[in-house]
Amino acid sequence: MAAPETPPTSNLRYAFGNVLSIFILLLIGVLAFSIRLFSVIKYESVIHEFDPYFNYRVTQYLTKTGVYDFWNWFDDRTWYPLGRVIGGTVYPGLTLTAGSLWKILNSLNIPLSVETVCVFTAPIFSAFASWAAYLLTKEVKGVGAGLTAAALLAMVPSYISRSVAGSYDNEAVAIFALIFTFYLYVKTLNTGSLFYATINAMAYFYMVCSWGGYTFIINLIPMHVLLCIVTGRYSSRLYIAYAPLVVLGTLLASLVPVVGFNAVMTSEHFASFLVFIVIHVVALVYYIKGILTPQMFKVAVTIVVSVGLIICVAVLAVLIALVASSPTKGWSGRSLSLLDPTYASKYIPIIASVSEHQPPTWPSYFMDINVLAFLVPAGIIACFSPLSDASSFAVLYIVTSVYFSGVMVRLMLVLAPAACIISGIALSEAFDVLTRSIKYQFHDKTENPQLSAGDTSNNSKTDEVKMEKSEDSLKERSSRKNKKKAKDTEKASVISRIEQRLLVLPFEVSLIAIFLLVLLGAFYVVHSVWAAAEAYSAPSIVLTSHSHDGLHVFDDFREAYGWLRHNTEVDDKVASWWDYGYQTTAMANRTVIVDNNTWNNTHIATVGTAMSSPEKAAWEIFNSLDVKYVLVVFGGLVGYPSDDINKFLWMVRIGGGVFPHIKEPDYLRDGQYRIDSQATPTMLNCLMYKLSYHRFVETDGKGYDRVRHTEIGKKYFKLTHFEEVFTTHHWMVRIYKLKPPRNRIRGKTKKSKTQKVSSKRSGAKKNPWH
Amino acid sequence: MGKSATTNDARALFQSLLSAYSATPTNLKIIDIYIVFAVVTAVIQVVYMAVVGSFPFNSFLSGVLSCVGTAVLAVSLRIQVNKENKEFKDLPPERAFADFVLCNLVLHLVIMNFLG
Repeated sequence: MAAPETPPTSNLRYAFGNVLSIFILLLIGVLAFSIRLFSVIKYESVIHEFDPYFNYRVTQYLTKTGVYDFWNWFDDRTWYPLGRVIGGTVYPGLTLTAGSLWKILNSLNIPLSVETVCVFTAPIFSAFASWAAYLLTKEVKGVGAGLTAAALLAMVPSYISRSVAGSYDNEAVAIFALIFTFYLYVKTLNTGSLFYATINAMAYFYMVCSWGGYTFIINLIPMHVLLCIVTGRYSSRLYIAYAPLVVLGTLLASLVPVVGFNAVMTSEHFASFLVFIVIHVVALVYYIKGILTPQMFKVAVTIVVSVGLIICVAVLAVLIALVASSPTKGWSGRSLSLLDPTYASKYIPIIASVSEHQPPTWPSYFMDINVLAFLVPAGIIACFSPLSDASSFAVLYIVTSVYFSGVMVRLMLVLAPAACIISGIALSEAFDVLTRSIKYQFHDKTENPQLSAGDTSNNSKTDEVKMEKSEDSLKERSSRKNKKKAKDTEKASVISRIEQRLLVLPFEVSLIAIFLLVLLGAFYVVHSVWAAAEAYSAPSIVLTSHSHDGLHVFDDFREAYGWLRHNTEVDDKVASWWDYGYQTTAMANRTVIVDNNTWNNTHIATVGTAMSSPEKAAWEIFNSLDVKYVLVVFGGLVGYPSDDINKFLWMVRIGGGVFPHIKEPDYLRDGQYRIDSQATPTMLNCLMYKLSYHRFVETDGKGYDRVRHTEIGKKYFKLTHFEEVFTTHHWMVRIYKLKPPRNRIRGKTKKSKTQKVSSKRSGAKKNPWH
Repeated sequence: MGKSATTNDARALFQSLLSAYSATPTNLKIIDIYIVFAVVTAVIQVVYMAVVGSFPFNSFLSGVLSCVGTAVLAVSLRIQVNKENKEFKDLPPERAFADFVLCNLVLHLVIMNFLG
């Protein structure tokens, strides 16, 4: 692309352009960091939600005890009595990153606490992710598109929602790793350098360490390689980009304990091996074609096809038999629910019950990627002119991520970088065409044009036109070149005239179009800032509400965990629904029965059955698990909609999936879930109802539930096997203690004369409680 | 009749392959021998695993994948060093070899870690 004549001012212009890009990138990084700080400003520097608390606890352990103890950690304070092998079931990338960041900062004598480092890890890595998006788009289209894509990614609401300050979750570093891995793959594809292939494998290793979504990479890249082969774009650079990645990548993926041997045995990775074999076959074919004469090659093809086909069929039959023998065809449950969206609701209710795993609604697309939703088709078209390996990769990436985002809301996050890259390309190309039109029109108006030149002929010189277009990186330079050439040759002026005819829009139209595009960008910015400030910055552990008499803060969760921490013994076990497990172990420092990891469905079903059973049966179940305290979340007094009564049907379903005596229709009246006077007796007697509404009628005399908008069914009742020990300020969290069994059981004494009477009574009602 | 035609064809194909291959430069032939050696070692390991069982599976995996890995890297080196390859004509062969060494270093570091 370097022209032979480089006047000295163009070097200066290049240098100035580079400095400007670096400055813009710095600003983009600062923007990405600061737009995520709303929750720290509005609330405080606190870890949000549920999963980040587990990561925070693991990071605390890592910083306290070191890497070896963390790697071999067996956690006995969760999933009591089973425990959990943390070293083997957690994706260590995030915790190792934050831990090393903390260590480096502390060794430099910057004494930040672990919590501060954890809270701000996500914004820092989102700045890195924008820079990685710049690099990736620069490889696909050029610097202008790169800068636009980086600016878009810094602000896209979907990515903000998972990486605000305080959202200390895997996706915070994983998205950066994803984009960086893709950038290195495209760079290797463009340059064919083995050095970049090595770094690509190492970036892929970082991605495997960070997130379970790494299977997206190891399936997308083989798909792209296959696409290139099928469309006839096989080259040796493709081989160098793909083959070392597969070998090194599989090895590195097996190093991570969570993945282990799954890297070679599960169906999620088979695509990469298949394409590995395919690319070797193709490479061999091209090599033989290169060294043989054409007719010999034809002979070779016929022999190989006839013999090879038989072998292929045999191998394929064996492979199909192996895969078909496993009930899930070798795929894990979560991957299978991605491919077949109805799978989870039929077989694994836990996966189906998570709200993040539901398909998104149409408004969520406009909420999450806003303006990009209609820039993406324009960008896909721009990728086709010209179509290179890198741009075909971008198109494949956006198409697959659109499909997956349609299956699960959570995967909108994977769509966001793709949408930003493609929209960046679209916007950059649009600006290119419009500004070029303005410049040529302007140029036309200032200098006297030779419009009378014979320009009706030579309309087919499209390739020269394209060459002109590709050298348009410095616009003034090419116009000066045009001036020079117009003086020299008539042909050049004809070409430039043709280019003007083909690519130039009228002056006023381009001005208005540029203004409208800038307005579009302004709308996008306004929406992103609003989404970041209002919609995605809630820490969900502290709630606020505005009323006529000011701001109310609901800090009930931390109040409850604090009470647990200070008023119970260290070894006491707390039972609650699995949502609150991570927070309880992290903040209250007590052993829990089930937590958000949801790896053991039967254990969760046990807790669900206990919550759905009457008091005595529930007491038995909890006593067998050594539980001392039961925690329920209740939103009826203040109108908090995500409380346990609203989740109760999922408890019934999950419990009923394992223990058949719990039947969902028993809790519904005519198919409707109600807790008022029309509710079924099973519902009114179950533990969840009793623990939620115990003494609730004392608050307003009628027991009006503000979430369900009715009065409750059973208002006056006493608890026989549990006693209430703590209810928070707004009744949002209620803690109950299991009553110990009676010391002396009535009716079972052997030596008194009134034995007969009491034995008759004991025969009638063997109840140790009354 | 057809069979003898195909065998004649096969023989002619074999001859032409041999003659075309003998025309390649010596340094590429050395790389090719290395590749064949790596693949044969991998096959021997797989046969051994089929006979004896795959108990330390990580050792088996790291052994086979190290052979396959060096074969793949050697093929990449051959591609980059081959003078007939137009795409890499301005890549100095020393740079290609340095990349090859670096990638092998990383590969063997991982192998040693995974070998158990």
